[in-house]
Amino acid sequence: MAATPIPLEVRNIKKRFGDTEVLKGLSLCARKGDVITLIGASGSGKSTFLRCMNLLEQPDEGDLIVHGEEIRFKQTRHGREPADWKQVVRMRARLSMVFQSFNLWAHMTLLENVIEAPVHVLGKPKKEAIEHAHALLERVGLTARADAYPAQMSGGQQQRGAIARALAMDPEVMLFDEPTSALDPELVGDVLKVMRELADEGRTMIVVTHEMGFARDVSSQVIYLHEGVVEEAGPPRQLLDTPQSPRLKQFLAPKY
Amino acid sequence: MLDLHGYGPRLLEGAGVTLQLAVLSLALAVLLGLLTASARMSRNWLLQRIAILYTTVIRGVPDLVLMMLLFFGGQMALNVVTDAVYDRFGVDWYVNLNAFAAGALTIGFIFGAYMGETFRGAFMAVDHGQIEAGKAYGMSPWLVFRRIRFPQMMRHALPGISNNWMVLLKTTALVSVIGLTDMVRVAAEASRATHEPFTFLIPVAAVYLLIASVSEWLFARLQKRYDVGFGGH
Repeated sequence: MAATPIPLEVRNIKKRFGDTEVLKGLSLCARKGDVITLIGASGSGKSTFLRCMNLLEQPDEGDLIVHGEEIRFKQTRHGREPADWKQVVRMRARLSMVFQSFNLWAHMTLLENVIEAPVHVLGKPKKEAIEHAHALLERVGLTARADAYPAQMSGGQQQRGAIARALAMDPEVMLFDEPTSALDPELVGDVLKVMRELADEGRTMIVVTHEMGFARDVSSQVIYLHEGVVEEAGPPRQLLDTPQSPRLKQFLAPKY
Repeated sequence: MLDLHGYGPRLLEGAGVTLQLAVLSLALAVLLGLLTASARMSRNWLLQRIAILYTTVIRGVPDLVLMMLLFFGGQMALNVVTDAVYDRFGVDWYVNLNAFAAGALTIGFIFGAYMGETFRGAFMAVDHGQIEAGKAYGMSPWLVFRRIRFPQMMRHALPGISNNWMVLLKTTALVSVIGLTDMVRVAAEASRATHEPFTFLIPVAAVYLLIASVSEWLFARLQKRYDVGFGGH
């Protein structure tokens, strides 16, 4: 029996912005069902690392393997770029991203947002996509808001809608970029609850977050980044309860 | 009753020419404007320079001068090409630049430069996160353009397009210098022949005003359509 390919593997990712090297050789392997949380202070490179995984940022070095398929790169005058954009489009369709600022398409209703990529990227029949979308909206508790525009929804609703949009792609890996950082505190819980359910049903997730409770309870692995390097990584309890590195100890210490 | 001394049908025909010319020029200007804006925002140095040169030259030279330059110069350039084809391949091929086509091309070419600036500003006003979300969901650049960038850009571009259109509409009056019989030319002829300038010029002004009012209404409707989801102004 052939083994199912590993959903996402990145090796030795390096990235610089001008003279600053923000990622200094980061690797990660997400097997099916893994929930990997990336934690670290602002500027540690965790969001940039996540954005390299679906090539919203172009890594200067390193390998990216999605579903067993290695992304090919070439050198251009503008730096290193994917050699085949069709391959990138294909791999991005396997990964869904949930953004800090939601980024639901403002000119579309919530339902239109959810069916947009399945219909236009995956070529799913519209009727089928709509049925699936309604089921997903029900899951995230937004049945009543299907015809609302993002501007008419609260932040928490928008983010849950964005998660429904991500799920509609049937993604192999879901990437979460600080999904609760832009939310009012009382709205954070609803979003975390949905994410936790996704983890429980075996979704493969990579989550950049400041929510230590979520990291501890939900993830299978926590990676602590400091200045573009993995300072410490391991199972959540071990890492969060008995941190070894002084920097992580300081990061986790109460701030007041 | 207004006595147009039998010039009525020709004036009406002239109004038709004006309207067709304006609409065709607008289509061309929008297309050129989109291309220019894309060139300006591309990473290609040469494309950027060409776009800058185009907008600078067009915006710095009077429309009337440009129109004559392009019309007479365009015909000369065409002659050179057709002569070369004849010399080289023995094909007797001659293209006479039709005044209507020349007028539309010229006006389109002039307003393409203005539209380019309008579109560039509008594209830059689209929130980058909207485009990133498109990319992250596996959309090709063309799909991102068609489904996200274009519809979101339009609400920023429409006021500028509408403004350019009004100026363009009035610029069509210049085409009489290259021999096109638009309604202004008919009115001028009729005024000279009858010594009754107001009889013809006032209706002409009214037609311009009518076209302008109808388009303003159309633009308002378009604006409403593209404002959906953004909570209006």
